[in-house]
Amino acid sequence: MKKRFLDLDKILDNRIRLSMLSILMIEDMVSFKEIKSSLELTDGNLASHVKALEKAEYITIYKSFVGKKPNTEFKITPLGKKAFKEHLKKLESLISQHKK
Amino acid sequence: MTDYIQDLATIRGIMEKRTKFISLSGLSGILAGIYALIGAYLAYRTIYYSDKTVYEAYRNGEWSPEIIQLLVIGFSVLILASLTGLVLSMRKAKKLGQDFWNPSAMRMISSFLVPLTAGGIFVMILIWRGQVAYVAPALLLFYGVAVYTAGNFTFSDVKTLGIMEIILGLLAAIYPGKGLLFWTIGFGGLHILYGAIMYFKYER
Repeated sequence: MKKRFLDLDKILDNRIRLSMLSILMIEDMVSFKEIKSSLELTDGNLASHVKALEKAEYITIYKSFVGKKPNTEFKITPLGKKAFKEHLKKLESLISQHKK
Repeated sequence: MTDYIQDLATIRGIMEKRTKFISLSGLSGILAGIYALIGAYLAYRTIYYSDKTVYEAYRNGEWSPEIIQLLVIGFSVLILASLTGLVLSMRKAKKLGQDFWNPSAMRMISSFLVPLTAGGIFVMILIWRGQVAYVAPALLLFYGVAVYTAGNFTFSDVKTLGIMEIILGLLAAIYPGKGLLFWTIGFGGLHILYGAIMYFKYER
């Protein structure tokens, strides 16, 4: 079953990464903390997905300081936007094909 | 396959949650309240410093200068408050990097305008039929309903404001002679209170 869908973007074929990009599609800059609480993830879990998305160049990481606290924020890249839209289209067409 | 359906549902959920109209400006609520207070003060002067009572003039179907003055005050407050809300919310949307006219904004505005328009027409009918005492309660009541339904598309605090306006409208109906007092609390006091809460909670 899974084999038929091999043309899906492997990086986005994961609900957490897909959710992260959904948030970044709507909001320009979102902090690590906000994504963590919004998706109810642990630091380590989120960090591994961040790494995957950054490696694919789907997001850019911005590090700064708010007072003395380090603040990490993410922004989606044009490549990331494109990948997200294509992935969405594929999901929709897969589902509509399945219904027929 | 259910996995993919679930994926799409997740995306939709996130997008909807994120696209609530969060650009609504608390500061504009405070300003709207201040305009309403100034308006109420001017209305108070118009009513209580005039030679004959405005209610009497109404009952006789006269369009006395006082009545016209009251209508002008009311509409000026409404227009000023709406414009301030629009400008400040647009500014906040820009600051947040959001589109002002997102689908939530549209839904929010239409769910606000429908009950409010009904209320506006109802109030005109009240004036026309000489039931002036019920103008303030009716305005508060319909405004409360409008705010409550619009609250579904923005911060949930807005719904609380709607309920408070509805309660105030009902109270005002019990004491029909005290319209201006309830009007001052509902449009002045509550807006300032709610605007301040929103401002400190979300904008600082």
